[in-house]
Amino acid sequence: MPGADKETELSERIEAFLSELKRCGSGAGSLRGSAETARETTSLLRRITAQARWSNAGDLMEIIRKEGRRMTAGQPSETTVGNMVRRVLKIIREEYARSRGSTEEADQQESLHKLLTSGGSSEDNFRQHFTHLKANVIEAINELLTELEGTTDNISMQALEHIHSNEVIMTIGRSRTVEAFLKDAARKRKFHVIVAECAPFCQGHEMATSLSKEDIETTVIPDAAIFAVMSRVNKVIIGTQTVLANGGLRAVNGTHTLALAAKHHSTPLIVCAPMFKLSPQRIQIFLRSFCFLLPGEILSKVNAHCPVFDYVPPELITLFISNIGGNAPSYIYRLMSELYHPEDHEL
Amino acid sequence: MGDRLTTSTLLVTEEDEKKHEIIGAKGEGKELTKEEKQRLRKEKKQHKKNKKDDRGPPEKEKEKEKASVPAPSKPATQSPAHKAAPVPVNASASESPVAAEKPAKSKAELRAERRARQDSERASKQGKKEGGQQSTSSKPKATPNELQPVVKRLPDHVQVDDPVALKKLAKKLERQQVPLRSDYGYKVSLFSHLHQYSRKNPPTQQISIPVTVIHPSIVRLGLQYSQGIIAGSNARSVALLHAFKQVIQDYSTPPNEELSRDLVNKLSPYISFLSQCRPLSASMGNAIKYIKKEISNIPSQCKEEEAKRILQECIDSYINEKIILASEAISKYAIEKISDGDVILVYGCSSLVNHILCEAFEKQRKFRVIVVDSRPRLEGREALRRLVKKGIRCTYVLISALSYILPEVSKVFLGAHALLANGYVMSRVGTSQIALVAKAYNVPVLVCCETYKFCERVQTDSFVSNELDDPDDLIVTRNGKTHLENWQTFKSLGLLNLVYDVTPPDFVDLVITDLGMIPCTSVPVVLRVKNVDQ
Repeated sequence: MPGADKETELSERIEAFLSELKRCGSGAGSLRGSAETARETTSLLRRITAQARWSNAGDLMEIIRKEGRRMTAGQPSETTVGNMVRRVLKIIREEYARSRGSTEEADQQESLHKLLTSGGSSEDNFRQHFTHLKANVIEAINELLTELEGTTDNISMQALEHIHSNEVIMTIGRSRTVEAFLKDAARKRKFHVIVAECAPFCQGHEMATSLSKEDIETTVIPDAAIFAVMSRVNKVIIGTQTVLANGGLRAVNGTHTLALAAKHHSTPLIVCAPMFKLSPQRIQIFLRSFCFLLPGEILSKVNAHCPVFDYVPPELITLFISNIGGNAPSYIYRLMSELYHPEDHEL
Repeated sequence: MGDRLTTSTLLVTEEDEKKHEIIGAKGEGKELTKEEKQRLRKEKKQHKKNKKDDRGPPEKEKEKEKASVPAPSKPATQSPAHKAAPVPVNASASESPVAAEKPAKSKAELRAERRARQDSERASKQGKKEGGQQSTSSKPKATPNELQPVVKRLPDHVQVDDPVALKKLAKKLERQQVPLRSDYGYKVSLFSHLHQYSRKNPPTQQISIPVTVIHPSIVRLGLQYSQGIIAGSNARSVALLHAFKQVIQDYSTPPNEELSRDLVNKLSPYISFLSQCRPLSASMGNAIKYIKKEISNIPSQCKEEEAKRILQECIDSYINEKIILASEAISKYAIEKISDGDVILVYGCSSLVNHILCEAFEKQRKFRVIVVDSRPRLEGREALRRLVKKGIRCTYVLISALSYILPEVSKVFLGAHALLANGYVMSRVGTSQIALVAKAYNVPVLVCCETYKFCERVQTDSFVSNELDDPDDLIVTRNGKTHLENWQTFKSLGLLNLVYDVTPPDFVDLVITDLGMIPCTSVPVVLRVKNVDQ
């Protein structure tokens, strides 16, 4: 039966994606960027919408929620998966509301309205069947995919507005967004970049070699020298793993120290983060295995910690640069409410 | 005597007869007594003073330094007459003003000072701006030194971007027969005024072994410094003092020379060699100053064996008082600050802090330790080994995990390399970062430092005076890939391996010294007290 074939193919793809996520998380597979993960998640969700069996919006949302939960469980530290799921859910709600005829503004006011009224009317809202819902949803997901593909370029295009010539810029670790940002600015301006290597995996080394290939003056410093050289730095530009609802960050470890040093010297801290990294969920700091940190015989007698991420509070951040422009950290909560529906915050 | 003088003048042909009359006489110096030599020196000085209008003061220093060159080489030469002549010819032909030949100049100053004191004849000369600190002996002791304008010389190791200074240094080293080490690798532009050496090119590559000019224990010490085998300011100072003890033991006063003057001259090329191997630390500088003072205070009537014994005892007592007993005193104060249930954070490997923790553990305090480490030196592993051997419960993190671990910490103990006169703490790179984050989390920061590490320098940032270590240390292999392996081929890529940084005093809550527990800003008070005592 063609339907059953499609279903098995679909579940195969989902399984493949889940195992890929698990492998990347453990560090065994190749490290992929969040943009790639976001794109793959979205295409998978589009496939689910196209091939799964559903008759109304409510069913579709249930299916997507279920798959979404499985995918986030596969790799809890990778938040872009959950973010894309929530975006798609929001798309479905919007398309449903549009098909029903009510305008989008009414939808947004619904949330405030719901606070005042009993809010019971939304439960059976998604049971109506619309013939064109599927096509509309798939079209909207395609738009989302286009947006995702253009995020890095959109961010890099803003580079010249923020970097002047003869600046000294500091960054930490390896962020593909920041790399593209700096390379774009380097085409027209001359500046100097200091990269903190970010032990223990020293991804900063890769970043530095990549930047110096474009003839950008680069210097690699160990993490311990961050405060020592900060007095000569004009700007700190970093990437992040996740942007939180309060405007804070969950970034690679060492970023909090960098942010504190920048604050002490009143150096602006700029975060280049595309919109798909915005996450409404509560976060955890994950620990990595540390067996290579110390030689074996001592390791048995001590505790060792090797956290993967750092939490950076919003007071230390000056500016967010995303594909939709620059924003202050205090505005992030508003952007969040435009991207995700409050009911989807918990999948 | 007069006949000999005239015959030697006939042997040499130069434009300035009087000058070479004196120098020719020096050539026969073995037969001159000490008093004759003093008289000759005085005459030469007078002669130079007359010629002061023709040439500037730099030339005068050159003459003085010329005087110092023939003097130590005298006992070595067999036929001084014709060998002494080419030496002044070469020296006078040299173009570059050697006003910056500071060690020779200051030793010449010392000699001139002592002569003035001994003979109570002529007072100090103009060129004694440098000797301002040492001239207190001729002034009443009640006058505080700090109110006199002191022009401090800029050390050579922070003048790498100045070609004139580099040339002077090269000439001085050539004269002392100390090899000049060349810089390695691309230097970050912010640090072009500092040296950057590679561990793979040790300074002994250019000199022949066995070395004639430099004592073998100094050569060994220099190699140990440059390869990083001896690291840490206490270890380096103690090793230096032990090497000097050996040098003094093997030293024999050449005839017609005073031990107090000649030995100080002998030490000067050793110190140049050591600073070529690795720039001297503040503690080493203070130790060397102390030794030189002790040597120059040896009375001239003292027999050589007696003098050597006195010097050995001085060095031993210095090590004992300033390092060993000081650490006992500091431990006593510091243990008062450790309470049961504390979680103490330490950074890197400070011998003093490790000692404090071991003592506290022996006194049955209940605490646990978090050791923070940083690349590329990874000194924390050594500290970890020592503490675990004692049985203390330890945790190990890298410095990037500091924000993660700091909420658990109740106190931070840091060691120091030097304490500067404006209250800044100079220590291993990363210390200021730890102090910054600890301040942000409101955790008290205590710095432990012996008083012999206090120095009169002032500094506000980590750039003007620092040390650059081998940049190849930053290269590492992760996941089978070494990204920086060929970093030299990327012409825009630089690696920066700083050794020290300075911590501002507002991050430090307390400094524990052997004189007590003081705030960071009281360092100049301690320095003043120490100077008055001496």
